[in-house]
Amino acid sequence: MSLTVKNVIEWMNNFSSKIEQNKQFLSDLDTAIGDGDHGFNMSRGMTAVSQKLSTEPKTITDAFKQIAMTLISTVGGASGPLYGTAFLEMAKKSSTSSDIGDLLDAALTGIKKRGGAEPGDKTMVDVWTVLVSEVKTNTLTQEKIDSAVAATKDLVAKKGRASYLGERSKGHVDPGSQSSGYLFKALLETEGIL
Amino acid sequence: MSLGITLVSHVQEIITGLSALLEQVAKDVSITTAGGTNDEDIGTCMDKILQAFSENKADEILAFYDLGSAKMNLELATEMTSKKIHLYDVAFIEGAYTAATLIEAGVKLTEIEGQLEPLTLKK
Ligand SMILES: Nc1ncnc2c1ncn2[C@@H]1O[C@H](COP(=O)(O)OP(=O)(O)O)[C@@H](O)[C@H]1O
Ligand SMILES: [Mg+2]
Repeated sequence: MSLTVKNVIEWMNNFSSKIEQNKQFLSDLDTAIGDGDHGFNMSRGMTAVSQKLSTEPKTITDAFKQIAMTLISTVGGASGPLYGTAFLEMAKKSSTSSDIGDLLDAALTGIKKRGGAEPGDKTMVDVWTVLVSEVKTNTLTQEKIDSAVAATKDLVAKKGRASYLGERSKGHVDPGSQSSGYLFKALLETEGIL
Repeated sequence: MSLGITLVSHVQEIITGLSALLEQVAKDVSITTAGGTNDEDIGTCMDKILQAFSENKADEILAFYDLGSAKMNLELATEMTSKKIHLYDVAFIEGAYTAATLIEAGVKLTEIEGQLEPLTLKK
């Protein structure tokens, strides 16, 4: 299957509505181990993205670039430059590949470079690492998404604000991992991409 | 080739205070700031950082920040500006103060960096 401007827009609108429905929940997760703004940050960002995409971009590369720049300027928290970098790397990659696995791989490399986190640090990198390889082997499922998100619960945070809590960050799901779970769920639900 | 300073914080009041502290000892150094998000909330904003870079009178800038996510936006802005930016993972107040006093005294960048080195933090 393949990426088109239309299904990218559908993917983003689906992601945006999941964020909207769960913004309080995401912020509550962030209250436990951070500053309580993750859902509101992402909601501000994705509302702006949907708005931006209501004028259809000409190419997939343009679409990803617009998503990236909008998130970078509107999100505010760490998730802004991180998701922003992810989509910026997808934009770059999309000029030479239309394979979603390749694009998500480039995005993950970008997130790791931007934030310096590795798997196990209790950040969105954990969920992305597991799920990008599921996408590449064509084996992404809802269960795998849920378990990748839930697996962040027992980790001790090494990066981001939660890291200031040390051992006390244990026992809570990482908010950025939860929102990343919604991104992959929206991807799974968008017909024609995977 | 002149050296300037850009300060980035999650909170506007933090850099308002820190600039006051630096200006007292570095009257001739161009110090520009980016605090808070677009809608004046707590956070950082790449657009504001880019603006702080362009408003700075110097062509080479030493940048200091408070928490990790400010660094991510700083790096993004660094990739998008044509100015030469040096980013330091050092104690925010002590690092910026060290740089300000040394730039004011006309000290060269390599020497300033030598003085900043021991102030490095895991950020
Ligand atoms: N250095 C990092 N690398 C990867 N992900 C990170 C990093 N720092 C934070 N995150 C992710 O960002 C999420 C927090 O986002 P958000 O609350 O919007 O930003 P902030 O922490 O600035 O308030 C975390 O749950 C984590 O998944
Ligand atoms: Mg937060």
